[in-house]
Amino acid sequence: MPTQLVKEEIKNSNWKLRTGRIIAAKQMTPAEKWFDIALDDGELDHEPGQFVQVEIFGVGEAPISVCSSPTRKGSFELTVRAAGRLTKHMHSLGKGDVVGIRGPFGKPFPVKLMSGNDLLFVAGGLGIAPLRSLINYVMDNRKEFGKVDILLGCRTPKDMLFGDEVKVWEKRLDVNFNCTVDRTDPDWKGNVGLITTLIPGVTINPERTFSVVVGPPIMYKFVIAELLKKGVPEKQIVLSLERHMKCGMGKCGHCQIDHPKNYYCCKDGPTFTYDEVKDSPKL
Amino acid sequence: MNQHILKKEELDAFIKKLAKRMKVVAPVAKGYDNFAFAEVTSADEIALKYVPTILPPKKYFMPVREKVLEFSADAKGFTQKPVVEYEETAIFGVHTCDLAGISCLNMVFSERPRDYNYLTRKDHLFIIGLECLSYCDEHASCALVNSHLPNGGYDLFFTDLGDKWIIHVNTQKGEDLVEGMGLPKASAADLAALEQARAAKREVFKNEIGVEAKKLPGIFAKAMKSKVWHGVGERCVSCGNCTNVCPTCYCFDMADSVGLDLRTGARTRTWDSCQFETFAKVAGNENFREERSERQRHRYFRKFSFPLDKFNRFFCTGCGRCTRTCMAKINLKETLKELAAEHN
Repeated sequence: MPTQLVKEEIKNSNWKLRTGRIIAAKQMTPAEKWFDIALDDGELDHEPGQFVQVEIFGVGEAPISVCSSPTRKGSFELTVRAAGRLTKHMHSLGKGDVVGIRGPFGKPFPVKLMSGNDLLFVAGGLGIAPLRSLINYVMDNRKEFGKVDILLGCRTPKDMLFGDEVKVWEKRLDVNFNCTVDRTDPDWKGNVGLITTLIPGVTINPERTFSVVVGPPIMYKFVIAELLKKGVPEKQIVLSLERHMKCGMGKCGHCQIDHPKNYYCCKDGPTFTYDEVKDSPKL
Repeated sequence: MNQHILKKEELDAFIKKLAKRMKVVAPVAKGYDNFAFAEVTSADEIALKYVPTILPPKKYFMPVREKVLEFSADAKGFTQKPVVEYEETAIFGVHTCDLAGISCLNMVFSERPRDYNYLTRKDHLFIIGLECLSYCDEHASCALVNSHLPNGGYDLFFTDLGDKWIIHVNTQKGEDLVEGMGLPKASAADLAALEQARAAKREVFKNEIGVEAKKLPGIFAKAMKSKVWHGVGERCVSCGNCTNVCPTCYCFDMADSVGLDLRTGARTRTWDSCQFETFAKVAGNENFREERSERQRHRYFRKFSFPLDKFNRFFCTGCGRCTRTCMAKINLKETLKELAAEHN
């Protein structure tokens, strides 16, 4: 043979992982576990709404939204629902364990465009995780924004995530907070019903309101309809779409959304304005 | 224009000399009108007249399976090494449809963030094109997408002039090779013969679907809800053959594997297919393309709609492989005609 197979190291490979050390972990609900992760090589340097690829050696990778605000330095947080192979494994990890991290990836929430406007946050289920990165960012830069309303929906009171923080939001005078559950239990004294029932009760000035909505696909359909009814412009309704990004680099094809335009959730999203994606048959 | 000449009886010497410098792969007959790119060491192994190979040459640029990262972990922590494997290789006999396919993949993988595995391998591939002067079969639609004529993307390009080949030299690497072999320059008469062959070819290769290519973007702009996809989806068996054989399909999946020592492992990239049911499935069981019709629609949009925005060209090269390989007889030309008919 004149030539032979050559194996070379790629110094600048985009598959290279950063090392993340779990500095704290907490089981939030039977399905969701929270992790606080510090990178060996410094800050994650992310923006609200971005995600990372988490690698457990020998198990694989999965894309997870960062649920902490970049204003809180030193580490970043993830809320992981045990849903697939990687995430189930992740639930067995705790303080001191090491994971591989790639990222941050994705287009963040448009915080600069949103400044000077009122904000209406609508989170359903695990949608609070990505949205929390933005809510806490807004809390830490509160004077840059107008009126802030937070609407939270979960299946049952036991499924509520970030309960301690939710209590703080309820008490803060510069934030209007409301919450509902689909199914109640005996101790629950709040609203019962779908999250869409909370929207008519919110007083907004639609022209100067940005509404950020994160939740399961079925929620988008009904919440967006309510917001449009209230007169919120399509360009001011911001969503974060869920897809299974396998590479994060706009190549593997898994996260491409059905839309006449060439949208990859990992690069062109995961945050989109409703105006951008309204022609998609399935959000 | 730098053109050289190779007499047909000298092809064997050409291949043998080339094989002394690097691995040479070329289309080889596999029986039942099937061809595949495989290693050759002499000209008589090569099928000079061939219907597009089962797999396009993309398999040399992006192997079916490849390691992108090696790692080892133990009590002290872990180490990682991003790797690429390549072999200096000449691909002989690449048709213009496949040259177009390679150009598409080059654009995708050189877009940032770059894929250095692909780009490293690409730098070690020497491409020798081979012109078709007649159609390979009725499934080709290369004239529709204008990939029936060479548009670069090769080091050398062979066109048949009867008893000899005229070779267009497109790169310095190509120049060094033909000069090193002492191939004579083409004469004015050879150049005239090439012009004549091209003129004759233009008479043979005509838009294969009777719908102008420039009308396709408009047709696809309104095709998201077309009924055509239901017909296609009803026949589709989700085997993924159409995407595997496509010269511009590059979707992949990532997976880890662990060695028997339970300390070392690797992260591997494998070809994937948007036709598989789980392709667009996310945690929590939501599936964004649950129906076969949705998945087939997606495949067509990825050829005729999405890439226009980003890369200003179709990602269909007209090679006809998806139609030839489809067990359910889903036919690309027919589907385009149906969409056009519905549009009118």
